[in-house]
Amino acid sequence: MDFPGRDASQRVIALDDVSLDIRKGEFVCLLGPSGCGKSTLLNIIGGMLEQTSGTVTVNGTPVSSPRPNEIAYVFQESTLFPWFTVLENFRLALKFRGTEDAGWRDRAMQSLTAVGMEQFASHYPKQLSVGMKQRINLARGICVGSEVMLLDEPFAALDEQTRMVLGEDLSILLARRGKTIVFVTHSLAEAVFLADRIVVMTARPGKVKASIEVPEAHPRSPDFMLTDAFQDIRKELYGLLRDEIRQTVAAMRQARDAQA
Amino acid sequence: MIAQDKLVIRTIQVGVLVALFGAWFIATRAGGTLKLFLPAPELVWREMGVLARSGQLWASLSVTISSIVKAYMIAAVAGIAVGFVLARSRTLVRLFEPVLSGMFAVPLTMFFPLFVLFFGIGPDSKVAYGATYAFFPIALNTIAAFSNVDDLYLRASRAMGASSWQQFRYVYMPAALPVTLTGLRIGFFICIASVLGGETLAATAGVGRATALAAELMETARLYAWIAFVVCMSVMLNLLALAVETRSERE
Ligand SMILES: Nc1ncnc2c1ncn2[C@@H]1O[C@H](COP(=O)(O)OP(=O)(O)O)[C@@H](O)[C@H]1O
Ligand SMILES: [Mg+2]
Repeated sequence: MDFPGRDASQRVIALDDVSLDIRKGEFVCLLGPSGCGKSTLLNIIGGMLEQTSGTVTVNGTPVSSPRPNEIAYVFQESTLFPWFTVLENFRLALKFRGTEDAGWRDRAMQSLTAVGMEQFASHYPKQLSVGMKQRINLARGICVGSEVMLLDEPFAALDEQTRMVLGEDLSILLARRGKTIVFVTHSLAEAVFLADRIVVMTARPGKVKASIEVPEAHPRSPDFMLTDAFQDIRKELYGLLRDEIRQTVAAMRQARDAQA
Repeated sequence: MIAQDKLVIRTIQVGVLVALFGAWFIATRAGGTLKLFLPAPELVWREMGVLARSGQLWASLSVTISSIVKAYMIAAVAGIAVGFVLARSRTLVRLFEPVLSGMFAVPLTMFFPLFVLFFGIGPDSKVAYGATYAFFPIALNTIAAFSNVDDLYLRASRAMGASSWQQFRYVYMPAALPVTLTGLRIGFFICIASVLGGETLAATAGVGRATALAAELMETARLYAWIAFVVCMSVMLNLLALAVETRSERE
């Protein structure tokens, strides 16, 4: 992916030679230093951004525009529309997707119940905390029932405890539904806890540096985090990431000095 | 607690009004030249009755109100349409937004004689003048409203597969409503002020014209009576605008 910018000095090569095969029903975490192109990659997979070279196929069809029936996208911040209630937000998501039917209300309430938010169905987003909103945002992504879910640091704005609880919820919810997930995170623990496979990316331009399997069945209990297997993978990831983060910081310093 | 606060505030507000009327009443008891410019309240009251019964009030009021309504309709439709179309493109906003705000900064009052020249001394010139003046705040606020819709919601709705129409109906419209309404409210008051102002400057009919005429003829009781009617009319139009606004905001 090559962002041309307004002139040569602004040109950014965000992704370079990324090749990734994701199996149906697999939970993949993208891990990498900030600015390495994780969001860019996710946007390309979701058809929100057109790549400058290469191809992406989902279910055998090349992606060139959003495909809401197959791909649901969950953003870092809550994207519940503030001028509608929680329930209306669910309805709208189904309407946009073209799958609003008589049973929409039941399905929405089911998804809300699954994340323990059913009593907030007729609240407006501004009446809810950041954690509650993101929880509902997640439920909305699950409710529309697409096979593929792309999540871009959905828990980044949350505190550590809320993150853990939501991570567990997500693991349980998804184990039941067999969705294919690509999940961007910068938390090592989150990645190990959730993923079947962790793809570590290099500093910009982002490439695939390593791909690490986490052989542990879903749903995972918090006890998994206390095992040696968990700690070993975590350490391995840390080793892989450290160099890339150093490189990113060095590049930032260089850019700053060049400007001064 | 809150109810009590409200009561206190209302009492003070009413108190100020009563004090003003009291001061007016007492001032007119004193003699001198003041009496010439400030007729006693009861004289003004009597004159209001005369104007209402003789039909002059309704004749003037109907001209003024219909001018305001026409001018406002034109301003609202044109302002929202132009604002919305410009806001569709960043380039158009960059080109025309400064032009519009520049023109709005010029006191259009100075151009009023041109409106009379082009549209005649009848109500049409007031309609055109009021519509032109009110157009700017409405268009400018509509531009601001539609070009500042959070990109996050646009991307989210696109990811969910919203069509352009759905995106307009469920994202742009509700997101842009509050600021657009602010523009409509500002435009509304500018419209009233321009039409009335225009009438006092050059007209053959209307409340503004009647007020100016009374002043020219030094019929002070009548002058104050007309001013009282203008105040009442403004308060009522204000309440109407507020009611419409609360309703559309609730939707
Ligand atoms: N629309 C764009 N135009 C130019 N550069 C962009 C654009 N979007 C992202 N970038 C750049 O591409 C790089 C990767 O960004 P991003 O994918 O958001 O990184 P990450 O999500 O891994 O933190 C960054 O350097 C960013 O500045
Ligand atoms: Mg990102």
